[in-house]
Amino acid sequence: MRNEFKESINKAINNANLTGALGKFSEAYKVNRAKAYEGIDFEELRGRIADLKSYAASHLDQLSEQFTRNAEARGAKVFRSNDPAKVREYILKVAKDNEVKTIVKSKSMATEEIHLNPYLEKAGISVGETDLGEWIIQLAGQTPSHMVMPAIHMTKEEVSDLFSKEVNERLTSDIPRLVKVARNELRPRFLEADMGISGGNIAVAETGSVVLMTNEGNARLVTSLPKIHIALVGIEKLIEKYADVATILKALPRSATAQLLTSYVSIITGPTPNTDGSMKDLHIILMDNRRSEMAADPKFKQALQCIRCASCLNVCPIFRLVGGHVFGKVYTGGIGTILTAWFDELKKSEDIQGLCIQCGACRDVCPGKIDIPELILEIRRRIVQEQGLPLIQKAIYTVVNNRKLFHGMLRAASVAGKPFTSGKFVRHLPMFLADLTDGRSLPAIAAEPFRDRFKKIRQPKLKEKAAFYAGCLIDFAYPEMGEALVRILNKAGIEVIFPEEQTCCGAPARYNGAYEVAAGNAIDNIKALLIEDVTYVISACPTCTVALDHEFIDTFESLGQTEWVPKAKELSGKTVDFSTLVKKLVDEGRLSLKEGKKLGKITYHDSCHLKRTLKVSAEPRELLQKAGYELIEMFECDICCGMGGSYSIKLPEISGPILQRKLRNIKETGAPIVAMDCPGCVMQIRGGMDQDGADVKVRHTVELLVERLQE
Amino acid sequence: MLYEQFKMRAEGVSAEVYRFVTKTEALDFVIRLLQNEGVADEANAFALWADSPFLEGMDRQALKKIAGLKFEVTRELASEAKFGISQMEWALTDTGTLVDDSSAIEQRLVSSLPSIHIALVPTSGILPDMPTLLSMVHPKDSSYLAMITGPSRTADIERVLTIGVHGPERLIIVFVDDLEGKFNPSKSPLI
Repeated sequence: MRNEFKESINKAINNANLTGALGKFSEAYKVNRAKAYEGIDFEELRGRIADLKSYAASHLDQLSEQFTRNAEARGAKVFRSNDPAKVREYILKVAKDNEVKTIVKSKSMATEEIHLNPYLEKAGISVGETDLGEWIIQLAGQTPSHMVMPAIHMTKEEVSDLFSKEVNERLTSDIPRLVKVARNELRPRFLEADMGISGGNIAVAETGSVVLMTNEGNARLVTSLPKIHIALVGIEKLIEKYADVATILKALPRSATAQLLTSYVSIITGPTPNTDGSMKDLHIILMDNRRSEMAADPKFKQALQCIRCASCLNVCPIFRLVGGHVFGKVYTGGIGTILTAWFDELKKSEDIQGLCIQCGACRDVCPGKIDIPELILEIRRRIVQEQGLPLIQKAIYTVVNNRKLFHGMLRAASVAGKPFTSGKFVRHLPMFLADLTDGRSLPAIAAEPFRDRFKKIRQPKLKEKAAFYAGCLIDFAYPEMGEALVRILNKAGIEVIFPEEQTCCGAPARYNGAYEVAAGNAIDNIKALLIEDVTYVISACPTCTVALDHEFIDTFESLGQTEWVPKAKELSGKTVDFSTLVKKLVDEGRLSLKEGKKLGKITYHDSCHLKRTLKVSAEPRELLQKAGYELIEMFECDICCGMGGSYSIKLPEISGPILQRKLRNIKETGAPIVAMDCPGCVMQIRGGMDQDGADVKVRHTVELLVERLQE
Repeated sequence: MLYEQFKMRAEGVSAEVYRFVTKTEALDFVIRLLQNEGVADEANAFALWADSPFLEGMDRQALKKIAGLKFEVTRELASEAKFGISQMEWALTDTGTLVDDSSAIEQRLVSSLPSIHIALVPTSGILPDMPTLLSMVHPKDSSYLAMITGPSRTADIERVLTIGVHGPERLIIVFVDDLEGKFNPSKSPLI
């Protein structure tokens, strides 16, 4: 990561105004969004949006032609171009041909994308933004930090300073007064402007219509008062059918600002009369700028399902800490990372793609049903493909891909780590876990890994068998979790086998874009885990479970190693996470927990992969309550703890504050125990609590349930 | 029922909603409202009324005699008017939205430049939702389909909701039961 990038992160995190404003907003957004979607089947709605947008993405040429035909039949002039330079030239030519001196604009990300304002200003034309947020950042000489709320990073005091300069009068920071000032300042500009430029929220091929949505009413003025109107529309805004406008209108305002509908929606089809009786000169520019290329890419085609609501920014635990400017100058947040890689260049996304912790929060709320984390991983993979891995990572993965060497080094670490051990924690682990952040202690490498301890466990001979996939953390740091799991399954009449040849699940490599390494890990594990005929392959680490259940298949498919896919599918069919299996066994009456004793309060932290990929959240809660705990839900129980595998090592400045927030939410419940299903989360949160000194026990669900087995 | 739902939604986004049986009652209400708000002939005090079916059959000469009431819509007058009055044809209950074919520039001038917009709506124009509207109103019949949901608003400074940026800061909706719109009741899914 470049130093200046790291600096921009630190600057953002230390900007209390920014993190305060974004933090408050993200909390309010979650509540308001849920309220706006009350009574609506979101999954059904986004299914329809994904379908209609995906259809459009597969038929961009056809829809562009249909749009052009219909819009021209109504008297609009349509210009289509792939080249941002040609788009800028076209707009300038229209302006020059009509002796345009001043332009008013309503909000358009497409014009930001091609840096239109400086280009026109250089040609001597005055360009005025009229969206309040856009005007503020124009006066400040900045770029938008959020697609929907461009000036969310600024305080009212900063705005009052800017406006005071503009109107030559000392203004207070009273917001309604500032808004009045904007109204009064901009009104004459609307009336004088020779040209209006807008974006377009939707372009309807069937009718040649452009749909514009605003709350302030500026788009109505921009499209009504000047005699020329240019609408710059990215071709991903095309939809085929007019009736589908209702579908987008249902989701976009709800997802963007938690409104049922924006104050104003205009559906413009062909020119309308001007005030002097002449007809409006209406130009619609369909801008490609690599969108067609994106549509032809089997992975990235789905990114064109974006309706530009920015909800992926609003729910992102990273975005709310660092804000938009760390991401770049135009599109920000999750979808912004993807758009920057395409509309700008892959290289530009090299640093920002690393901001994604892969928690999946954005995937759950995206109204276009885009798997944003997956696409960011794909960017990572392509960057690695293009540039290769950094040397240090290469060295690490050479080790990880050689199980014997890897495990040998982990064993050595248990000895080497000793001098630093304080109680159950060490400050530093050798090798790839080196250089860790303050604010969190790390577990010592266990003196005896699970694979050795397993041999000493005396199990009854049982008919049904399950293979246990431990994963590195349980194997080498928390072997007691593995032992607990074996006891629980034995109690339910299942014998546990531990295939020795199992190795790292490959998630660390995959999340760093090293798919070849991940595929090597996958092959080793498939061979190991399918060696004996078992009913289940069980794991008590959700990240590993996801790898076994989904990612092996995807990694092979991405690399074209399809010969391994059937085996990967066989493994996937047997894979189950700890809480799901135990809940099933309890429900079937094969396992009983000691009931009746009140064990006191507990709170539960949802691990990202368990909740959002495996869709498991009720099972562990029900088990813990059945065991006698009183569940107290914490605030934001399903927000990432900041671990994210090596994320906490690469970006400790971001991981740290996320962890602190999690610790605070846990402590505020007053529960003396916090449970979770992921050893990675245990490592992060237990380490955090250790440093914090709070008297809260951090336990894996498996550790708590084993204590409540019926004798 | 649909009216009540509309009223609830529209008031939820800060619109003011009234309903009258006859055009005469509605007109009385509008005139009283204007006078209470200090309508007068000078700039930033007068009302500008865009031509609409509501005015058909009304005694315009009598109306023109009312101080501060103007009917010649120009951009200059619209930018100086305090009140803009127009007819909107449809109302959507599920979002509290008014809809109109605003291809005529006058419709947009009076509903976007003055600080108070008074919208007269035939009660028969109430529709349940957007899909219903789009199934009835097609762009081939309208170059500028305008939808208005509450007054102009922003939250661009510190996410604080503030009413009245570039558009009206008040939206007063007056339903009139005996007002016939462009809307053909026989097509209504409600009747």
